[in-house]
Amino acid sequence: MPVEVISAGIMTTIQDLGRPGFYHLGIPMGGAMDRFALRAANLLVGNDEGAAGLESAFLGPELEFTEDATVAVCGAELPPRIDGEQMPTWSALGVRKGQVLSFDFLRLGARAYIAVSGGIHTPPALGSRSTYPIGSLGGVDGRAVQPGDSLPLGRASGTARPGRSVPDALRRLPGSLAELRVLPGLYWHRITENAQQGFFDDTWMVANEADRMGYRFKGGRQLEFVPREQPYSAGSNPSNITDACYPYGSIQVPNGAEPIVLHRDAVSGGGYFMLGTVVSADMDLIGQLQPNTPTRFVKVEMDAALAARKDRSAMLDRIRETTA
Amino acid sequence: MSRFTFGGDEHIFVEVDEAMSLEAFFTSLSMTNAVRAAGIDGVMEICPANASFQIKFDPDRIHPRALMDRLRHLEEEAGKAEAKLDTRIIEVPVFYQDPWTHETLMRFRERHQDPDGTDLEFAARINGYETVEAFIEAHAGAPWFVSMVGFVSGLPFLYQMVGRSRQIQVPKYLRPRTDTPKQTVGYGGSFSCIYSVRGAGGYQMFGITPMTIYDPRQEVPYLKDFMVFFRPGDIVKWRPIGRAEYDRIIEDMQVGRFEPRMRDVVFSLDDFNADLDGTNAGLMEALYAG
Repeated sequence: MPVEVISAGIMTTIQDLGRPGFYHLGIPMGGAMDRFALRAANLLVGNDEGAAGLESAFLGPELEFTEDATVAVCGAELPPRIDGEQMPTWSALGVRKGQVLSFDFLRLGARAYIAVSGGIHTPPALGSRSTYPIGSLGGVDGRAVQPGDSLPLGRASGTARPGRSVPDALRRLPGSLAELRVLPGLYWHRITENAQQGFFDDTWMVANEADRMGYRFKGGRQLEFVPREQPYSAGSNPSNITDACYPYGSIQVPNGAEPIVLHRDAVSGGGYFMLGTVVSADMDLIGQLQPNTPTRFVKVEMDAALAARKDRSAMLDRIRETTA
Repeated sequence: MSRFTFGGDEHIFVEVDEAMSLEAFFTSLSMTNAVRAAGIDGVMEICPANASFQIKFDPDRIHPRALMDRLRHLEEEAGKAEAKLDTRIIEVPVFYQDPWTHETLMRFRERHQDPDGTDLEFAARINGYETVEAFIEAHAGAPWFVSMVGFVSGLPFLYQMVGRSRQIQVPKYLRPRTDTPKQTVGYGGSFSCIYSVRGAGGYQMFGITPMTIYDPRQEVPYLKDFMVFFRPGDIVKWRPIGRAEYDRIIEDMQVGRFEPRMRDVVFSLDDFNADLDGTNAGLMEALYAG
């Protein structure tokens, strides 16, 4: 009862909500970059929120169904077509055996999440089907989806109702000027007050190096460091520290030049200072940023970060209600 | 006193010391052990690093400030405990100056500080060793602590168990390579590492081990229980080997016959600080006894 992959787009990977618990061994949590969108897509097709679906960056795949199913495409505005007929995003869509799901060009956002009733049922690795190519874990034989792959499906719950959709107000995408809330911390004290101010004042652009491991930003001013004698083993560049862990969402700035926000497939540690961390509520948005999107980092305190997290959870609760 | 700071609303980052030292590493490891033992609800991941550590938590289950208070309290407790560690010592065979890292280092010579030599020749010279052989003897002599596992897939960072004056220090490549053979034994700053998978890297390349340390398929007998071999706190002794032995171990690996030599040991930081060489000699006895 598989889904046959005719074409795979640029980068289509199997993702669920990830494999927490192994970061201390250099194996990142992984999972959908936009977890909110994956959850919404799963809810629409009657799956557990954490079922595995496809994450397609920038260009959609072409998939042939060998049995009737319900699908949903959430996240980026990547309009689906079933046998050539255009269909809405953020909606449960019925697909019949033999039909082909394809996609128009990307309109908004960067990553679309394709959920199929029953979920994709490739073998899990360390408790997750998420693809982590560096460690050859999850996905199809530890890699991204390729043409010719047959993706097995689990048993559908039977609760999907084609036609259901997520109301507009509950669809979350970054604006044309993206804003990412940041809690300063970690090695924030390593840069001068001037640089601290400048980092939040400047408008940054998403660079081309923008993937599951991390997003690089460019176009802001060079950061100035507070002078110090470098500690033993930290390395000679003022942006170096004794190799340490990197939080998900942490912002490192090698050589003080271009900030990199680490994402779901983060390297677990290294020797660059970090000036703060994108709050958990805004991590999903990063996965929807296209290269060259102007972006502002917005300084927040812990209470605001927790309030933002609460808002996000409330939004998800409303999607749960509308799809129940 | 350690420095506690938030990494967003899901992480607490604790810097034990800005500089690397065995004391800082040991404090970090003891603290992470204490946090694990405390079984705090809401703690998701506990990641020790060289001279710092990180806790990932679920702020829906524990308030970030409540967790930070809890960790500060644990630090006080950990400070009173005896610095002892139940761990294991492992012998890792290394083929220094092997043909594969040599081919790679030649390919990326323009990214190196010393385009006319090899990585080992450069490292030996700037650390004041007359010959590469004498340098290898120092690298493979005293044992190493696995001070961090990470970057990617089970890659161990190791710090040598010698006084600061005997520490080897080598800068990383000027610009990182785009390729490093799998299981390369590397060096950057004051850390050795073993590249667990093939890929980019900036550490100097000294040699290669035939011993598999990461096996996502879990076909290697000693990785059946878990795909990653190393854990923070492991003690490693490098053993120089030549081509013939390298080939033999590779053959043994392929048929599932290779078992690394390792022994359980108890390490005491106080004993070590009182007598470095004596403690290391004791570790060697434990490794090679029986």
